[in-house]
Amino acid sequence: MDRFLRESAAVAEVELIKLVRDPTEIFSRAVQPVLWLVVFGQVLAHVHGIYTGEVGYLAFITPGILAQSVLFSAIFYGIAVIWERDLGVVHKLLVSPARRSSLVFGKAVSAGFRGLVQAAVIYLLALVMHITIRQEPHAIFGVLAGVLLGSALFSTFSLIIACIVKTRERFMGIGQLLTMPMFFASNAIYPLDLMPGWLRTVAQINPLTYLVDALRGLMIVGGESVHGYAVDFTVLLVVFVVLVMVAVRLYPTLVE
Amino acid sequence: MNTTARSKGFAVQATELTRRFGNLTAVNHIDLAIPYGEIFGLLGANGAGKSTLIKMLTTLLAPTSGNAEVGGFDILKSPSEVRGRIGYVPQLLSADGALTGYENLLLSAKLYGLPRAERGVRIGEALNFMGLTDSARKLVKTYSGGMIRRLELAQAMLHRPAILFLDEPTIGLDPLARHSVWDRLRDLRRDYGMTVLITTHDMEEAEALCDEVAILHAGRVAVVGKPPELRTRLGAGASMDDVFAHYAGGGIREGGDFSNAVQTRQTARRLG
Ligand SMILES: Nc1ncnc2c1ncn2[C@@H]1O[C@H](COP(=O)(O)OP(=O)(O)OP(=O)(O)O)[C@@H](O)[C@H]1O
Ligand SMILES: [Mg+2]
Repeated sequence: MDRFLRESAAVAEVELIKLVRDPTEIFSRAVQPVLWLVVFGQVLAHVHGIYTGEVGYLAFITPGILAQSVLFSAIFYGIAVIWERDLGVVHKLLVSPARRSSLVFGKAVSAGFRGLVQAAVIYLLALVMHITIRQEPHAIFGVLAGVLLGSALFSTFSLIIACIVKTRERFMGIGQLLTMPMFFASNAIYPLDLMPGWLRTVAQINPLTYLVDALRGLMIVGGESVHGYAVDFTVLLVVFVVLVMVAVRLYPTLVE
Repeated sequence: MNTTARSKGFAVQATELTRRFGNLTAVNHIDLAIPYGEIFGLLGANGAGKSTLIKMLTTLLAPTSGNAEVGGFDILKSPSEVRGRIGYVPQLLSADGALTGYENLLLSAKLYGLPRAERGVRIGEALNFMGLTDSARKLVKTYSGGMIRRLELAQAMLHRPAILFLDEPTIGLDPLARHSVWDRLRDLRRDYGMTVLITTHDMEEAEALCDEVAILHAGRVAVVGKPPELRTRLGAGASMDDVFAHYAGGGIREGGDFSNAVQTRQTARRLG
């Protein structure tokens, strides 16, 4: 266990150094949520097209957009993995005696840090746009925990796809194919009750829904978690652990 | 560790080692025995199976059949023991360009479980050994191809492996950088008693560096021997190029082949 944590920390630390050294990529990924909130959100809030109860539409989608930006930036992680494979970096990691699980987990944690940057951007934006954000420390802590877990989960999912498709071109195709449906078949920009039955069913097996649900309760004044935090976090954690187990098996096949 | 392993015989011993990819048999029933302390060259045309063989010996790729012992341990039964006793430099330039040389080494030191107290000393020693002390704090993307290769060697030697596997270590390097890599490899053998297995297309490299070579052709070992012996066996005045052409079938393809082109581009990107 000790060794597992040490190795994971070593892998995550390196990614963190790279992130701090060159944060352009992460900030470029913040452009999209800005558009969603400032343009899409404002317009829909103005026409009152979607009923979201006491909470205004803009506040309603803020956690949804955070979850979306977590999903979208984590999904691109697979590209980086394929890039590292093409450079031989993965070979070198795999030939070391470090456990495969440490390598996969360490990478997931580092993706989690990227998610935290997204969270900071959304908080800042919400502040500027006068969206009523919960400011209690435990609520903010909960949001950060959710974002960390969500980023780790989706980046591990992305790693699995990378191990299966193995080339950048195919990954791009599949990545596009997966992210948009995952986003729209979730509660990110409209409540579950507004969905037709079949879509609600899809949304309920979509991990993104549980991330949004938790964030909605923790981030917004008057926001509520429909499933409850225990359910949300348990679902996310279980899915993450299962994905890590799958990724540990598939990661070594990247270099074959 | 070295001495107990050494008493077991060979640094690398492969028996009937085979790997298929679909219908293609990339490595076909290879038997190979490499004594400790040797610099051993794997030669062969593109696609002969050199990288595939190295990947199996370094536990990156599972054999379809057959087996091998590396450093006295079975690659199938004890892959982590094998990993702890080998160093590997892949065919591509694999050091992380976004990190400094020092950070690359520190990551390796941690992944190989070097005790914290020893890390600094070992890293300093490896940097010094490879002539990189002055560039240790610079980002690797500012390094030349030769410096990256030496950094990779530094990474691979950090945990004092018994056996080093180097897949085309000098491809894409200018003659000066190439000679400096050769010198470092000879020093590693002299100072640390390391066994070195390299693959190469370069007959000058095979002759200058290797105690013994095996020429692979279509996944099989066509011949094994010391370079001067192989030359004499072929006839008076035969060069290593002649030996290669004779055993590797089809002769050497001229100019940049595909993997060569990729490699060169890789280097260019690293430097740009
Ligand atoms: N993962 C793979 N899937 C399918 N075929 C493969 C795979 N890896 C290697 N091969 C094939 O196996 C054969 C041997 O490849 P290998 O890379 O071992 O050759 P090599 O001797 O290292 O060549 P080079 O000098 O070009 O590096 C080639 O025909 C190659 O196309
Ligand atoms: Mg090769």
